[in-house]
Amino acid sequence: MKKDLTTGLIAIVVMTVFLGLVYPLAITGISQVVFPGNANGSLVKVDGKVVGSSLIGQSFSEPEIGKNGKPVLDEEGEEVLVPNPAYFQPRPSATGYSGNVTYFGNVSPNSVGAREEVREYMKEYLHLEKPFDKSLTSEGIPVDAVTQSASGVDPHISQANARIQAHRIAAVRHIPLTQVEDLISANTDGRFLGLLGEPGVNVLELNIALDKEAPLK
Amino acid sequence: MAQGWLQIAVFVVVLVALIKPVGIYMSRVFTNQRVFLTPVVGPIERLTYRVLRVRPGDEGQDWKAYARSVIVFSLFSWLALYLILRTQGIQPLNPGGFHSAPWDVSFNTTSSFVTNTNWQYYGGETTLTYFAQMAGLAVQNFVSAGVGIVVVIALIRGIVARSGRELGNFWQDLVRTLLYILVPISIIGALFLVSQGVIQNLSDSTVVHTLTGGNQILAQGPVASQEVIKELGTNGGGFFNVNSAYPFENASTLTNFFEMLLILIIPASLTYTYGRMVGSQRQGWAIFSAMFVLFIAGVAVVYMAEQHGTVAQHAAGLHTHAFNGSTGGNMEGKDQRFGVTGTSLWAAVTTVTSCGAVNGAFESLTGLGQAVPFANLSFSEVVFGGVGTGLYSMLLYVLLAVFIGGLMVGRTPEYLGKKIQAREIKLVSLGVLVTPLAVLLSSGIASATRAGTRSIYAGINPQGFSETLYAYLSQANNNGSALAGYTGFIQPNAPGNVGAYGISFADILGGVVMVGARFLPILFVLAVAGALAGKKVSPAGLGTMRTDNPTFVFLLIGIVILVGALTFFPALLLGPVVQSLTTRLF
Repeated sequence: MKKDLTTGLIAIVVMTVFLGLVYPLAITGISQVVFPGNANGSLVKVDGKVVGSSLIGQSFSEPEIGKNGKPVLDEEGEEVLVPNPAYFQPRPSATGYSGNVTYFGNVSPNSVGAREEVREYMKEYLHLEKPFDKSLTSEGIPVDAVTQSASGVDPHISQANARIQAHRIAAVRHIPLTQVEDLISANTDGRFLGLLGEPGVNVLELNIALDKEAPLK
Repeated sequence: MAQGWLQIAVFVVVLVALIKPVGIYMSRVFTNQRVFLTPVVGPIERLTYRVLRVRPGDEGQDWKAYARSVIVFSLFSWLALYLILRTQGIQPLNPGGFHSAPWDVSFNTTSSFVTNTNWQYYGGETTLTYFAQMAGLAVQNFVSAGVGIVVVIALIRGIVARSGRELGNFWQDLVRTLLYILVPISIIGALFLVSQGVIQNLSDSTVVHTLTGGNQILAQGPVASQEVIKELGTNGGGFFNVNSAYPFENASTLTNFFEMLLILIIPASLTYTYGRMVGSQRQGWAIFSAMFVLFIAGVAVVYMAEQHGTVAQHAAGLHTHAFNGSTGGNMEGKDQRFGVTGTSLWAAVTTVTSCGAVNGAFESLTGLGQAVPFANLSFSEVVFGGVGTGLYSMLLYVLLAVFIGGLMVGRTPEYLGKKIQAREIKLVSLGVLVTPLAVLLSSGIASATRAGTRSIYAGINPQGFSETLYAYLSQANNNGSALAGYTGFIQPNAPGNVGAYGISFADILGGVVMVGARFLPILFVLAVAGALAGKKVSPAGLGTMRTDNPTFVFLLIGIVILVGALTFFPALLLGPVVQSLTTRLF
């Protein structure tokens, strides 16, 4: 028994030092030398300034400006956010695209709340896209466009979702639809080896490419 | 849809192809033979024994001594982790400036990680220092996995031993598990994950200025080194609150595939190790087959269920069919890169094993989709199960099946030539029943008291009941996945956790359940090993019931389902079954 106590005590100290400090610090050191970009979050720069991470989605909404020139506030005093029509819009997020406080939406499958939420997202989607894509009906809305992602920062949207939004982008930016569609293709992450996962359009990278090819005035 | 089945098939083929080499490797490690890592690891191993004051070889332990070492080591682990979680304020590597979470949450978290559960009432990126994640939680990810593995090895030695009462030496087994299996795979796996975009740094959060002129704060940290062992050791505790859904933990479709393989590789390969150590590969494959059938059935159900949307989505008028460029299905709580296939497969993988890491929101699965994690947990984690724990739990069911089969044909039950007698069956029954009993008691108390229902997020309805039942199923089975609305920790939006408090009832009940349902079965398993060790082996005769043919596999599957279903069926009716059969909204 005494021997177990001695060995146990030494073991937990030794293991804490080696598995808890030496191992992760060594991995950190190697990663920082060999894969510095990845190890630090795959940050993306535009004109030398970090604008985000290619792995982490971000919001393309802005505070709504009222007639008095000030941001509109909701009942709780928070700024009302509206999508910026010149950009591709990412999926709905439970966390408002937070990169430091993450949680699931935990919308349950048979809840009234879930029905209301999906209805609201569908209404907003049609309101934003329908004026530019007349053929769009509620039947044609891709599911990813009106459901919350798991991570809250899903960097991707489906190709169908992007193709619908392309009509709005082409109109707002005054460029041909085919050019927008080419940009979508260029910023689509396919399945690994054409096999694993689902294809997705990286929204941040696509919007950066858009700004480069057809800058906003 | 065919594409999805193809992905699942590829995963299964790769997994099965790895079982033999990994299984052989592990059996060589546990029979103290040379492996290709011996030249590098051998000197480190010998030095470790010297430091730990262990003389390997001449210190075989009987089951009581082995159990005592397990308990003593786990007790020290518990104390060390609790100490680390309670002293966050004075720790280095704390760029977020976090204070310690309240004592009750720390009690739950400590019990959770020492028992290989990794149930999380806290959110990592908003609660813990890098020091606590690395030196506290990740250490337990290694060693609690190690403890699970060595216990099954001790049981196998007991089954095999023809003379003597010794099951091996706990300290030697633990050191070899760490040095030859868990650490080497983790080093390579962590670097691979970083190469695919999983982060690994000690920096403070990065503030970025987004394209539309806003700010986004990106939490950073030493993620990859923890991510790999979290999957490999079937621990499952995320660095981030949303676990492997977060791109910094699971960056791409490739990392998703790789992480799922990590989760299953040891539990699946141990069946091969088992076959080798008992001297009959067919015995190992028989157990593997029973596990495999139950696994595939679960994958098929959850995948097909998620291809349809939820009742609420249909009620809202959403069309959830697939069309060109859209996968369709229930994408609520799923990320696009994984899609319905990658999230459904993961949901099955993480609940057949006791991993519990998630890459999507379980709470948002369809009613029928939720039924699969429920069913997997109801089978007491014997379908592959946790590293080590899965196989030893399954072996209890094997002995039970042998006993019941023996009763049916009217012969003294024998397993691998050893008579299964009253003492063994008593211990087996206790080992099998502890966990279900813990689940029913705790979820019953939590459902029936105001203190318990405070933790529910979805309200007093079938989903709220599901949350409660799942919370205690998950904790008792040392899984750790959750219908994550259920909570035991309230965090206000204030820096450094100021004003945060725990829901003591849920924290303590859960903590006690995790510890009890981990260590009581371990004691029974080791006692069974002790009872079997040294028993005379009688040669198989004409009347001996075979345990390596399809009939036995079928019997084993039947008994697993029977015990699980009989125990939990009434409770499951109230939650997932109601939700999958009705179109009503609650």
